[in-house]
Amino acid sequence: MNDMRKVERDLKVNDAKITARNVDVRYGETHAIKDVSIDIPDRTVTSFIGPSGCGKSTFLRCLNRMNDTIDICRVTGKITIDGKDINERSVDPVQLRAQVGMVFQKPNPFPKSIYDNIAYGPRIHGLARSKTDMDEIVERALRRGAIWNEVKDRLHAPGTGLSGGQQQRLCIARAIATEPEVLLMDEPCSALDPIATAQVEELIDELRQDYSVVIVTHSMQQAARVSQKTAFFHLGDLVEFGETEKIFTNPSDPRTESYITGRIG
Amino acid sequence: MTTLAFLLLIVATIFGYFLNRIAARSIWNRGERLHSLTSYHGLFSALMVLVPVLTIMLFWLALEGRILDSLTMSGLPDGVLDGQGTGGLQLILAEIKSVSRGQIFGTPEDWKIAAADRYIALTRTSNMLMLIVVAVLSVAIIAFARSRVRVDFRARQGVERIVSGLMIFCSVVAIFTTLGIIFSLTFETYRFFEKVPVWDFLFGVNWEPQIPIRADQIAAEGAFGWLPVILGTIVITVVALVVAVPVGLFSAIYLNEFAPPKVRLVIKPVLELLAGVPTVVYGFFAILVVAPAIRSFGQSIGLDVAPNTALAAGGVMGIMLIPFISSFADDALSAVPQALRDGALGLGATRGEMMTTVLFPAALPGIVGGVLLAVSRAIGETMIVVMAAGLIARMTINPLESVTTVTVQIVTLLIGDTAFDNPKTLAAFALGMMLFLVTLIINIFALRIVRKYREAYD
Ligand SMILES: Nc1ncnc2c1ncn2[C@@H]1O[C@H](COP(=O)(O)OP(=O)(O)OP(=O)(O)O)[C@@H](O)[C@H]1O
Ligand SMILES: [Mg+2]
Repeated sequence: MNDMRKVERDLKVNDAKITARNVDVRYGETHAIKDVSIDIPDRTVTSFIGPSGCGKSTFLRCLNRMNDTIDICRVTGKITIDGKDINERSVDPVQLRAQVGMVFQKPNPFPKSIYDNIAYGPRIHGLARSKTDMDEIVERALRRGAIWNEVKDRLHAPGTGLSGGQQQRLCIARAIATEPEVLLMDEPCSALDPIATAQVEELIDELRQDYSVVIVTHSMQQAARVSQKTAFFHLGDLVEFGETEKIFTNPSDPRTESYITGRIG
Repeated sequence: MTTLAFLLLIVATIFGYFLNRIAARSIWNRGERLHSLTSYHGLFSALMVLVPVLTIMLFWLALEGRILDSLTMSGLPDGVLDGQGTGGLQLILAEIKSVSRGQIFGTPEDWKIAAADRYIALTRTSNMLMLIVVAVLSVAIIAFARSRVRVDFRARQGVERIVSGLMIFCSVVAIFTTLGIIFSLTFETYRFFEKVPVWDFLFGVNWEPQIPIRADQIAAEGAFGWLPVILGTIVITVVALVVAVPVGLFSAIYLNEFAPPKVRLVIKPVLELLAGVPTVVYGFFAILVVAPAIRSFGQSIGLDVAPNTALAAGGVMGIMLIPFISSFADDALSAVPQALRDGALGLGATRGEMMTTVLFPAALPGIVGGVLLAVSRAIGETMIVVMAAGLIARMTINPLESVTTVTVQIVTLLIGDTAFDNPKTLAAFALGMMLFLVTLIINIFALRIVRKYREAYD
């Protein structure tokens, strides 16, 4: 009986939320992603690791079609979320992006107040019914983004006036305020101190209850701490993808091994 | 002689440059570490010679004429100038000068010939003196600059100080020119208000400047109320902005956000071409094409339309202003970082939402700057309205009627038979002054508004 339930849960956990098949990305002549196929499970944290310039951000941006905004970028292959092809004509990239939130590599708060930054997504998607509703959404997002205590007294000060690390957490809070199903985070902790990093990692762990989270990171320790699955990219290839524990203790590809032991990078 | 002085100065400058440079070089060759590069040592000497000596020469040349004139006149024998007015004195001086150049008409009196000889001698002395001053000063300064060449001499700082002084001088020239214009405007305006009460000008609703210039002319008593004139300017400006702002802004937005790169490559230069069309051509277009079209359209739907409507002049002016607004807005929009666009799109905003909620507020200062420039151009634009607007001032805001503008009135007041102590002419200065004040006030207000609403992204 108990075993049965466990099996059921495991199955559910391992349902692929996002699948990618034979994805290629080119920026003009640059071949940035080469024939990548991957299944990203629901309610899991998946981390992308790999040396700088190997295409982690590029692949992440495929998942919410942010590459559409770059003129020279061409994406081929098939990517599905919940079984639906996101590159199909009928799919509205705007709705897709509301469903798949993103935190960018560089903090990019809007030149508006802290409050308006957070309220931006909920406003354009009509999530709040009243002012108090919106206040609650903002407060909740800021708390989850581990920045509430620092900004609660100056919600109407400009978001661009925060420090780099605070801006990054503001952007994280802004992304989760729209309640996306998938959250893509591109090096969310690269500008954060250890305390804020720990808070963000806690948040990521909490988000895992409801969402699937994909995080790009340059810190092996972080990948090991927060993620259940890890994908290793190298020069546009997906070299290895599997359980985090296995990747870090017993990688099957020699390139993975040399990267995590610090020989390439 | 003057040319010789200039040549001497140039030679001295070049000589000073190489003298110091070579001196510095020889120190460097001894293996010492100079504080400044050798070229700075050279430049230091060159600038030290050039700037002060050139200044003195220019002053000399500017003042020389007056001093020579007064010396010549005061040297004339007693009695010959008795009973001469200013005009007469000028005439005598001119005659003496022409004699000194060898242009002799008739038989001038002996004292005039003597004075001409004196004038020639004085000129020669002055030129000689200037040459000597230039030579002595140049040599002294070169020697001084040469004596400064040492290992630790800060030639670079010296050069930078001189150059920054020159830059300050240049910017001061611009400021003083503006101040001079304002001063002369103020002065003439003041004279106008001595003849016409300020109150009548500011609040009068009749503009009929046709007052008699000569006593025997028949004309109505003039009225100088500027309200109908400025109202005409406002009507035409508003019409122009109603055309230019939306068209300019939307084309900028389209080019920036929606146009494929190839379309952008074609449309942008074409838009900028509009800015190069001479205003007289626009004026043409307004009277020959737009005004008749508006008139016949108005008549076909039973409206009474004046032949030279504010609508035609303003509309054509609006077309002229499109490129100002669109290129300013385009620059401001392109300057907004891509990361902000990504942020908005990544949260699920449509392009339109991103535009209105993020890009537009961030680009606001630049956009308002363009609109402001357009407003100033519209208020000050002359050729189109001279050609296409009316001459009669009316208190009306109906764009289908004919109105006149401040600039048109200034032109008509100053053309033709004028005298400079007559209210009709002075009224032009008063109008110019008001135009200047209005533009200034608009600028100040707009800057305030921008500062209040801008969303700075840096
Ligand atoms: N907008 C772009 N235009 C052209 N080439 C691009 C663009 N963005 C990325 N690339 C190229 O694609 C490749 C992958 O870049 P990507 O940003 O995905 O790397 P990354 O793995 O995220 O690196 P990092 O860890 O440094 O962030 C690089 O070779 C890069 O030069
Ligand atoms: Mg990256």
